[in-house]
Amino acid sequence: MTKLSKRFIELPPAKVETINLRATYGKVQALKGINIKFPENQVTAVMGPSGCGKSTLIRCLNRIHELTPGAKVEGQVILDGLNIYDPKVDPVVIRKRIGMVFQKPNPFPTMSIYDNAVAGLKLNGLRDKKKLDELAEKSLRMAFLWDEVKGDLKKPGTALSGGQQQRLCIARALAVEPEIILMDEPCSALDPIATAKVEESIFQLKKEFTVIIVTHNLQQAARISDYTAFMYLGKLEEFGETTTVFEKPQSELTEKYITGKFG
Amino acid sequence: MTILILVAVVLAIVPLVFILGEVLVRGAGVINLGFFIHLPGGPNDKSGGIGPAIAGSFIMVGIAGLFSIPIGIGAGIFFAEWSSSKISTVSGFMNDVLTGFPTMVLGLFVFIIIVLSTHEFSAVAGGFALSLIMIPIIARTTTESLKLVPTTLREASMALGVPRWKTILRIVISTGKTGLLTGIVLAIARATGETAPLLLTAAASTHYITSIVNQPTASLTVLIYNYGTSGFPVWEAQAWGAALVLILVMLGLNLLVKLTIGRNLTEARME
Repeated sequence: MTKLSKRFIELPPAKVETINLRATYGKVQALKGINIKFPENQVTAVMGPSGCGKSTLIRCLNRIHELTPGAKVEGQVILDGLNIYDPKVDPVVIRKRIGMVFQKPNPFPTMSIYDNAVAGLKLNGLRDKKKLDELAEKSLRMAFLWDEVKGDLKKPGTALSGGQQQRLCIARALAVEPEIILMDEPCSALDPIATAKVEESIFQLKKEFTVIIVTHNLQQAARISDYTAFMYLGKLEEFGETTTVFEKPQSELTEKYITGKFG
Repeated sequence: MTILILVAVVLAIVPLVFILGEVLVRGAGVINLGFFIHLPGGPNDKSGGIGPAIAGSFIMVGIAGLFSIPIGIGAGIFFAEWSSSKISTVSGFMNDVLTGFPTMVLGLFVFIIIVLSTHEFSAVAGGFALSLIMIPIIARTTTESLKLVPTTLREASMALGVPRWKTILRIVISTGKTGLLTGIVLAIARATGETAPLLLTAAASTHYITSIVNQPTASLTVLIYNYGTSGFPVWEAQAWGAALVLILVMLGLNLLVKLTIGRNLTEARME
């Protein structure tokens, strides 16, 4: 039974919620019935020990999980009242509304910084140079990368440092103007300075977007998130405001994880 | 131990060096501008050339490319991007079997379905036979190159709301294009050096062709075979000359591959 923080009824409206979400990789049940509501324009951290299903959860939110051969999803994910797993829904359209940043930076190696930033737009047919320039600058600024690259946007995307590449990937996700940004341990491959820059940009993002970030870094979750979900072995163990979950966890497992007794 | 390995390397290279040396020595004397352009002469005619053979090889490999490049790349994409389907596994296996298939049998096959039914040897028949050799090579190298493209790039593209076919075309193939081109050039080099299939489909000829569907077509490899075994010294010398031309073409193609890979090494070095 999910332990909910006492102030649960005061949650802001949910941007996206899951109803009895189950997911499998072949025979392995990674998610065992998740019911969670992610608040709009807030940063929600999803935490838990390795193998708890946190990455699987967010990959179900933008229908990337099903791209893995042998992967299956059951249950519902409701975005603005619409079940994105309804057979009539085109997953391609959903993925334009829910963007994703991956664990290891993955800029497209054949494209320049500029082309990477606007890749989602160009590949989907946008030709208007003015609009592209506008969105490139806007998204690179939001990712706190503009000042570092504005001098030479034609350089290959892969010529940047790891931290810069990850911010480029964030810009790339932002340029499509999604409503939700999913982040799968975006800083785990970065050094502390690059991490700080990425966290800085995440902090600003929630003004325009709903951010859901998977992280195994407890301090990071405490620093940047408004809400925290703690998962364990494919189930949602606890969910609530970050301060409450960290200071007065309802579940013993949560308390053990936060105090470093396992994970 | 090191000595043994060095001995093995030397023994492996010696035959190649020996052959290159022989071809160079015996063939160089025959090469001049006329050799490349002139029609073949009689068995004692020193002014005869191999023009039609060069043109014929060029034309038939070109025809083979027209068939084999789109089909090979298409099949290669299928094996790489839909690798979990049963059809993919079965046809992929069949493709690999075809890669080393006896070319004489392929030639016989084309002989029966094209030459016997049209009652003609032709450049198209020869080109078609060569394409049966090229398709499995191009498909296999395409598949291997595309498999090297990290899955995370595909996921990044799909996560932007880019449909799968566009992801394959604009991201996957674009990232793996060096490997694709390499495969094509290697297949071309292989086809240029084939003899058996052409014996049965294009036969031989002493003039430049005026049609690709109803005339026997000369080729470098068949000419080398015919002249080299003729017993006439002038023709045999010209066979060596043709062999030198052929070897230079193959070396050139292989160098092209090495140089394009070298130039794109930074792009190819992906995480």
